[in-house]
Amino acid sequence: MNSRDLVLGRIRDAITLAPAVDAEIPRNYRTGRTLPDDERIDLFVDRLVDYKAYVHQCAATGIAETIADILAANALKIVGIPAGLDRTWVADFYDELVVDSSDVPAPELERLDAVITGSAVSCAETGTIFLDAGPDQGRRALTLVPDTHICVVFGESVEVGVPEAMAKLTPERPTTMISGPSATSDIELERVEGVHGPRNLHVVIVS
Amino acid sequence: MSAVTLGLPSFPPRSPEGAGFLRGAEKFPAAAHHELANAQLRRNIGKATHTIRAKRIHVTEELPDWEELRDAGSAIKTDVMARLPELLEQFEAAVIARGGTVHWAADANEANAIVTELVKTTGSDEVIKVKSMATQEIGLNEHLETQGITAYETDLAELIVQLGHDKPSHILVPAIHRNRSEIREIFLREMPDVDPELGDNPAELAAAARKFLRHKFMTTPVAISGANFGIADTGTLTVVESEGNGRMCLTLPKTLITVMGIEKILPTYRDLEVFLQLLPRSSTGERMNPYTSMWTGVTPGDGPQEFHLVLLDNGRTAALADKIGREALNCIRCSACLNVCPVYERTGGHAYGSTYPGPIGAVLTPQLAGMHGKDDPNSTLPFASTLCGACFDACPVKIDIPSLLVELRHQKVEQSGVTAEALAMKAASYAMSSSTRWTAAQKAAGLGRIVAGKKGKISTLPPPLNGWTAARDIPAPPKQTFRSWWDSDEGRAALDQARRGAHPDSDGKAEK
Repeated sequence: MNSRDLVLGRIRDAITLAPAVDAEIPRNYRTGRTLPDDERIDLFVDRLVDYKAYVHQCAATGIAETIADILAANALKIVGIPAGLDRTWVADFYDELVVDSSDVPAPELERLDAVITGSAVSCAETGTIFLDAGPDQGRRALTLVPDTHICVVFGESVEVGVPEAMAKLTPERPTTMISGPSATSDIELERVEGVHGPRNLHVVIVS
Repeated sequence: MSAVTLGLPSFPPRSPEGAGFLRGAEKFPAAAHHELANAQLRRNIGKATHTIRAKRIHVTEELPDWEELRDAGSAIKTDVMARLPELLEQFEAAVIARGGTVHWAADANEANAIVTELVKTTGSDEVIKVKSMATQEIGLNEHLETQGITAYETDLAELIVQLGHDKPSHILVPAIHRNRSEIREIFLREMPDVDPELGDNPAELAAAARKFLRHKFMTTPVAISGANFGIADTGTLTVVESEGNGRMCLTLPKTLITVMGIEKILPTYRDLEVFLQLLPRSSTGERMNPYTSMWTGVTPGDGPQEFHLVLLDNGRTAALADKIGREALNCIRCSACLNVCPVYERTGGHAYGSTYPGPIGAVLTPQLAGMHGKDDPNSTLPFASTLCGACFDACPVKIDIPSLLVELRHQKVEQSGVTAEALAMKAASYAMSSSTRWTAAQKAAGLGRIVAGKKGKISTLPPPLNGWTAARDIPAPPKQTFRSWWDSDEGRAALDQARRGAHPDSDGKAEK
């Protein structure tokens, strides 16, 4: 007998020996929540700041200027973007712009000072941004290897809580949930920002 | 599809002895004695558990529907255990449909052999690892070492444990028994090219680990991970982490091998909305962990292009065959029970001798690996508890750990027949059932003051009572029993005074 049938047989035996009782799953926790725009964004900003992310807010017409300011203020010169990023966002930026593709070996991403992406959906209550490898977010390595991630979040894509945000996702897409920069608490439970992932997260919230 | 089972069902086997880390070298009371003597360890663990406990309470109280989430989480896991075969088959089919390969491992030895073969096929003699309880349970790193393959742990705490030639002491923060100066010493001793001026603040230490591992992430072609959840209806796997080392391992190498216990299944993608609220808040006391990765099979042009999933039994089906014990399989490894446990807080994780320490370890370890007779160290684990119930209150999926411990104690007593403890209890019952015998027994107990001596404690009693004192000191009996005090002049006077104090208006009436 192969191990698959062996293990499945053992499970069936176990359930025969100790029959299970049917479980009714109570789903009376909070779902389908909404909040007025300003309250939802305020909550999101509060959580992001708590996680040591840098938050910038602007109107749709101010994205390019906001991004250019962040890059200039932090002396970030070599910047990677996914192929599907709206180019008007980087219109005010004149240093080296690298358009990523899956042919580029991941170690080459180390030469990027920063990466700029969009996002799929966000969760205000936990300060979490979801990336689902969409055209404006690129492959997973792109937002992981460079030390600074500048992430554009549209206000209308911010949901209240985890159930509301997860309902907007496509399960089969490779998904990364980000809550602040990389962090560890492994030494005496003291939180340190930046271990292996990006040490700086700039969130540009567009209203 | 599945095998046709013939004949009577048989009880599934436990994890095999001699493979992996589900059995310590010595019994809990003996191990706890060594650990208790380490004041540094007790300070480190005490500080950590108190900090994390406060954080957890803060973020769970923040959610008005915390209890509803716990109820949902508990019911989902109970449902999973009842429908495990069909959910695993559905999960397997979904992973294969998305380009993954699924392997089944009946025990630790088989899982180690499968992973070794997969690594050898890639031609690499190095692998990078995401922190994983399942691979620790089966002793994968040690097995790979014997096969000439070096496994690099990439989680900071696991790296500290690995470089320190040490064992993990906590489910979530495995190096919590070490403080910053101990970690600095380990790095200076074991890490190549480390700056001798390295300081001991956590930021500097984390930076040293980052530098050490960066090159490994970029160049190692194979990664091995565990999984927090596997989603049956979509074939999606989930790893919850903080540092980004998980993302590195899950994204950069060409080949990814994931070892997952068969109990980690959730029926639907939607169920994640419950567990992604329960897990981070219970484990690190955060609203959300910094990074969660979800992947389904292979995505062309993004991440590893070869994905292997190893589904591990290793005693889980034996736990499932016990109608009470199966509840332990609901565990999502958050470690909240460790952080509230008065026993764990003092002994630390090493005393439990298993990959799974603390209250959940005390029930899960004997379930997975068995309690083979009175000499088995695992047979002492169900007694490594005060049954105070704090673990039950803290558990996000409401595992009734105290009741499971009592059941395991019962099973242990049933197994071992007549014990010293049973004889002692019988004697106590005989003495307590008559007032004359009880008074006589209490007078005799007064002799204990002589045994206790100046320190006022009895540390060793003669057999058969030595079983009791092996794990605890007995305080010296009082000078006088309550009954003899009640009968004395002093007792009568005190009673008289109390009566008068309690009823000032009826002063003297009681005397008439």
